[in-house]
Amino acid sequence: MAQKKGHRSLSSDDPEELARVPLQAVLLADSFATKFRPITLERPKVLLPLVNAPMIDYTLAWLESVGVEEAFVFCCAHSQQVKDYLNKSQWMKQPGTFTVQPIESHDSISAGDALRVIYNLGVICGDFVLVSGDTISNMSLKEALQEHKERRKKDPLAVMTMVIKHSKPSSLTHQTRLGNDEILMAIDPDTKELLYYEDKTDQSQRFITLDKMLLASTPTLHLHNDKQDCYIDICSPEVLSLFTDNFDYQHLRRHFVKGLLVDDLMGYKIFTHEIHSSYAARIDNFRSYDTISKDIIQRWTYPMVPDVQYFGNCSQMKLDRLGIYKAPEVDQSRTAQIRAFSLIGNGTAIGDHSVISNSVIGQSCTIGRNVSIQGSYIWDNVIIEDDCKLSHALVCDGVHLRAGVVLEPGVILSFKVEVGQKIVIPAYSKVSLLPQPSKQDSDEELEYADANSGVVESPSITSIANTRNVDPVPDSPDAEHSDTSEVGISGVGYIWSTTEGGHEEEWRHSIAPIPAEKLMEFCLSAHTDLGVSNQDVNSLPASGELQLDSESTGFDDGEDYKDSADFEKEVEATFQRVLAGVNPENVILEINSLRLSYDMSHADCAGSLFYSIMKSALSAPFSSNRELLLNTGKELSRWKDLLKNCLKTIDEEIEVLLKFEEMCLETTKEFAPLFSAILNHLYEKDILSEDAILSWAEEKEGADESDKVFVKQSEPFLKWLREASEDEDD
Amino acid sequence: MPDVQALVNDFVLKLKRRKIEGSHASAQHTAELLRSVISHQRMPYTNQAGALIDAVKAVGEQLIAANPVELAVGNIVRRVLHIIREEDLSSTATAIEGLGLSAGSDDDDEGQHEDRPALSAAALAAAARSTLRAPSLQTLLEDIPDSAAAPQPPSSGGDSEGKSKSADKNIRSRKLKHDVIEAINELIQDIDTCHEQISEQAVEHIHQNEVILTLGRSRTVKEFLCAAKEKNRSFRVFVAEGAPRYQGHVLAKELVSKGIQTTVITDSAVFAMISRVNMVIVGAHAIMANGGVIAPVGINMVALAAQRHAVPFVVVAGSHKLCPLYPHNPEVLLNDLKCPSDLLDFGEFSDCMDFGSHGGSPLLHVVNPAFDYVPPKLVSLFITDTGGHNPSYMYRLIADYYSADDLVVKRRSTS
Repeated sequence: MAQKKGHRSLSSDDPEELARVPLQAVLLADSFATKFRPITLERPKVLLPLVNAPMIDYTLAWLESVGVEEAFVFCCAHSQQVKDYLNKSQWMKQPGTFTVQPIESHDSISAGDALRVIYNLGVICGDFVLVSGDTISNMSLKEALQEHKERRKKDPLAVMTMVIKHSKPSSLTHQTRLGNDEILMAIDPDTKELLYYEDKTDQSQRFITLDKMLLASTPTLHLHNDKQDCYIDICSPEVLSLFTDNFDYQHLRRHFVKGLLVDDLMGYKIFTHEIHSSYAARIDNFRSYDTISKDIIQRWTYPMVPDVQYFGNCSQMKLDRLGIYKAPEVDQSRTAQIRAFSLIGNGTAIGDHSVISNSVIGQSCTIGRNVSIQGSYIWDNVIIEDDCKLSHALVCDGVHLRAGVVLEPGVILSFKVEVGQKIVIPAYSKVSLLPQPSKQDSDEELEYADANSGVVESPSITSIANTRNVDPVPDSPDAEHSDTSEVGISGVGYIWSTTEGGHEEEWRHSIAPIPAEKLMEFCLSAHTDLGVSNQDVNSLPASGELQLDSESTGFDDGEDYKDSADFEKEVEATFQRVLAGVNPENVILEINSLRLSYDMSHADCAGSLFYSIMKSALSAPFSSNRELLLNTGKELSRWKDLLKNCLKTIDEEIEVLLKFEEMCLETTKEFAPLFSAILNHLYEKDILSEDAILSWAEEKEGADESDKVFVKQSEPFLKWLREASEDEDD
Repeated sequence: MPDVQALVNDFVLKLKRRKIEGSHASAQHTAELLRSVISHQRMPYTNQAGALIDAVKAVGEQLIAANPVELAVGNIVRRVLHIIREEDLSSTATAIEGLGLSAGSDDDDEGQHEDRPALSAAALAAAARSTLRAPSLQTLLEDIPDSAAAPQPPSSGGDSEGKSKSADKNIRSRKLKHDVIEAINELIQDIDTCHEQISEQAVEHIHQNEVILTLGRSRTVKEFLCAAKEKNRSFRVFVAEGAPRYQGHVLAKELVSKGIQTTVITDSAVFAMISRVNMVIVGAHAIMANGGVIAPVGINMVALAAQRHAVPFVVVAGSHKLCPLYPHNPEVLLNDLKCPSDLLDFGEFSDCMDFGSHGGSPLLHVVNPAFDYVPPKLVSLFITDTGGHNPSYMYRLIADYYSADDLVVKRRSTS
């Protein structure tokens, strides 16, 4: 702490430092999620090996290569492990300008909390790069930084630049290659401003709702569903203070980005920067772990590939034909086969007739005879005995598979699990030495609660069994291991039950490819979908341009109709309150505000009000037309002032007439015979002017016969009016 | 010493992270680094040359391991080792003359060798060491003063003589270091000026109204062509663009700015155009000991086309690209697979690499090798800064520049 403060004072006092702010980065070494459980119960996610190097090394190497000078590593879960690793690693002692500083916090449960802690430390003095510790990239930040700085100069409200990359989601599962749901973004093609962001699209209904204002304020916008969010952000210092001001911001995207986009009060803007030739992706779940591992082996992340010793600590790999990476000291039997796109770590021994394909094997593993390993990730010091079959599994450090074990696709074996002979671990199971935490616990968005809580709160298993299980070398394991029958005699570990989402979610995020049946299912449903709602699909082109006009007029009418009906009801309700004794002055105010909120004209207002008055006149009991006319006259004279208030111009008066006519025709037919009488009354009470009535009559001149009923009815009155006006003229 | 170590680490990191690429730049950096290593090396009382060689080997081993594909680094390390040996040899020769020993007669030398086992254990070890290496004339000469200086004081007892010898030795050690640094400076100078020296020969090779074909961009080729133009030769150049990095476009621009008539063609059009070409001139990444060439990808195809139409295939390269190793499995071991995004846009093909829905194994592979290996029989002529040579002559040139002891740069475990 003291050291950091010292650093800050140094940077603020030194005039040179003020002139040239060093590029800083905040690296969140905690994903604040539980996707990698059960592995992350024992080791933080950022230290998990990705193609035999810890993920954080990739991120730090990238930060170093883009010219970041100070990186703050925010550790939360397992912070001690992360700090120990950093202290041992090359990053701390490396010469040059790149410094790494760990920041520790124990009570942060989200990215928002983390940024608030960093804000309170006050270590960030300029624009900074915000990444999480599981980001793999080889992009150059120069251009994006430049753009960000220039935008900031012109517009201080442009607080953030998000890096995105073109990547098509699967058309069947609507899932990106990284296993996330597809993201919908609306981007202004000229300014690259991000206008809309949605990462949780509902797959069942294929439409989205955009704010109408969005279309009104920008001439063109592009809707993308084929952009991948790289989770690399260039932020201005304001971002930190925004997090502090809005203490409910937790998630970077779900809360912060969406919050900023919706909030037009502050007017903060987010921009995007698209990268083309370089690579960037974030490991978010097991599927992306698999995908990014394969990308690394296929060298998309060059120069961060195994045979270029980018991080110094890994042994020198040799790259053979067909993407086979081999460490110098691999003890491979002559009959063993290593097939394309595999990597074998140092000191690993492979027995006779074993076949390895598309897999990554760590250091010092022992693989027996006739073992088949396909599409799997095996970390360090794993022992696999003869005749095992592994397909698309993840096997952590120190696991021991006895002879004949079969791991079906999607199996995760956490640290030091042992599996007994000839056991078949069913697909998508997760096996750990630690029992599954209780449900309440897993609901929290925490990668890891506390070293103890996970173990102690286990409901079903006695603590004795627990300690035995944690023991890495059980002496007589088969004696009291009734609870480990799932992993076989002499096996150690608990099979976790699948979470609430069940299998439905498991296959989405698993290491294993999506099973063929599932794809078929999707195929079928997609076909039926197409048949029914072809239009819906068309209305959402992959990256099409939505023209403002065609879109907005489409639903304007419908909404208008709905709105005006609502408005009428509201006005009526307000009027009822006047009857109940509210001051008419207030009613005028209320009606005005209603008019504003519903975006109605004065004419609508007058019409509705008139309608309400007439209705109230009708509500009084009457036995004959004459009585009704009397009632109406009373009501009208009573509310004359109120009505006059709305009748500012001749247009409104005509609207009232039209409304009256409509009423007589449709809703309140009782008034029909009294039309001309009431018209006369309105004229006499000075509610309607002579001009209005005459122009209404003129308007009706050309109309259908059926429309002229009331004009005809009031013909004598109209005639009298005309004569009167002519008289005046004379 | 620590600051040298920091320099070395820094350079190793840069090589590892591919921040320094290209044989010219890495050769230059290596030579400069080794110069500072030598100048900071503390000289022991005896066997200075051995100490220098060990120091250079220790550093060289790290440098070569950092990026084994960059052969120029290894070449320079070996060149420096050779320089130390040469300088030691010559200074020894002068020292021997100065001491008045009769270095002229071989019999005398032999006699000393016979005597030595009886002298001391240290001398025995030195002898053993020298016999481990190939018995060259140079090593024989190198050993004389050491063995003579070390055991002599106790055996002879002549104090004054010993003192004068050690004083003389001090001067000599300083002189050795000085000479080595001088020689390395010369080497750096050579690397700097290799382009000019090569392009001086341009007029001898490029004739009036010729059509020259080249692929990609090589600085040496560019200077070579420009030099011919400056001498008022008029000729035309076909530039194959050199996919996937398209450095040929850059070269075309540069040539046009110098006023050379240039035609850009695709790599695949080389066969179609070669019949109109009088000479192919390309650059190289490295020249191997057998006369084979490691060159940017695509050049093997050009060489085959040239051979088919009997067009001379000329490789221009500075002598720092001359590598004393023989290529063994060069397509794999001396190659660097670059990023596939040079070839195609990741976004457009991302659905081909969706491992979730394609059974888990990637169906699309993209391979982007950086280099080609051109066998010696396809090369007509090498033009280096020392002149034009035949591929079969390369081994001889290499013997001039490197000493056979240094082919494998590894520290001796005995020392």
